[in-house]
Amino acid sequence: MSVNGQSQSHDVEPRTLLVHHIRENVGLTGTNIGCDTSSCGACTVHLDGQSVKSCTVLAVQAEGAAITTIEGLADEARAAGTSTGEQDWHPMQEAFQQCHALQCGYCTPGMVMAATSFLNENASPSEDEVREGLEGNLCRCTGYHNIVKAVLSAAGES
Amino acid sequence: MIPAAFDYKVADSAEAAIAMLGEYGDEAKLLAGGHSLIPMMKFRLAAPTVLVDIARIDDLSYIRQENGHLAIGAMTRHTAVEHSDLVKAEAPMLAHVASLVGDPSVRHRGTLGGTLAHSDPASDLPAAVLALGGTIVAQGPNGTREIATADFFTGFFESVLADDEMITEVRIPTGTGGWNYQKFNRRAQDWAIVGVGVADGGKGISLVNMGSTPLRATAAEEALAGGASAAEAAELAAEGASPMEDTNADAAYRTHLAKVLTRRALEAAGVA
Repeated sequence: MSVNGQSQSHDVEPRTLLVHHIRENVGLTGTNIGCDTSSCGACTVHLDGQSVKSCTVLAVQAEGAAITTIEGLADEARAAGTSTGEQDWHPMQEAFQQCHALQCGYCTPGMVMAATSFLNENASPSEDEVREGLEGNLCRCTGYHNIVKAVLSAAGES
Repeated sequence: MIPAAFDYKVADSAEAAIAMLGEYGDEAKLLAGGHSLIPMMKFRLAAPTVLVDIARIDDLSYIRQENGHLAIGAMTRHTAVEHSDLVKAEAPMLAHVASLVGDPSVRHRGTLGGTLAHSDPASDLPAAVLALGGTIVAQGPNGTREIATADFFTGFFESVLADDEMITEVRIPTGTGGWNYQKFNRRAQDWAIVGVGVADGGKGISLVNMGSTPLRATAAEEALAGGASAAEAAELAAEGASPMEDTNADAAYRTHLAKVLTRRALEAAGVA
């Protein structure tokens, strides 16, 4: 598989979950484990461009796939010429910063990955559609208001 | 949580998958999207010793219009059904119900064939396919057979599929007769506490989570056909059902919900 554009080759046990593979074998710990039951979305990454909950995908199922994690999102935007702001980040990352769309930050990588995938499917959503689009991602600080604002802001820019 | 150890096999065709099922018998499970199976394996509620991955069989993922029905490949992901212009035009209830399953990330992985084979009475799509009068095409070592959805489910997470059979296609009658789907739950992304699907102006009414399988509300369907009003038919919605009890609802509450939701669904579907 490729992770953030880099080819990765590992021997793994079939029961290895994609999230464990990303964190422990590939060594990228930006993808968090929250509930471990595909409810909270903290482990959301992109698999061939679509959001998935990496606690519910086996690493072997992703053989040959292109995985993007939060660490690779800004580079992906830079390559596409869509990065923005002082940090030259992905527009969603910039919007999260500008809207202060995080409190403790634990859900944030998953929120950003889910939100970018959502905008790929619905480029100009209403506020309700954003809330429904992020229903699989939980923020236990309950900071949804600014998260929704950030997604709407990122949608306006792209 | 980590599943119990298993051997992982990749099938490159339906025939190869069926041959592997024949070889490993009931020790083996097919892995489609994995969004029901993998959580069960993580909880160790399921511990197959062989997983046969069918997700790399490209020719099981399609949506085609055929004579009077849509033919949908078993590996078609929920997100493809949800966003398909063809499904939205020809079987709009199916597209709508697909959009209610889990959340977007779950729908990127889950498959129509997988959710039917899993046969969870609390799932949305099996009940939708049941109300729509869909047909399930199953392939085994001796060829294919067509199974009416009404004959498919046999018990809690059980179906008529043999150990060496797999779903290859689902056929949905086309039509835009009045339809509605009521999913009653308390939190986003939850399963329905009770759900009701109405298809084809009330000719098909199905119930979610009202027994050990998805159910047809036969008494209500017959009453409607005999001239009863939506409100009268809805009173019969739970006839013959034996809903389970859990932390969300007892049987009496589920029975009440089935009647109320059936009336709402019928009225929203334009049945007076």
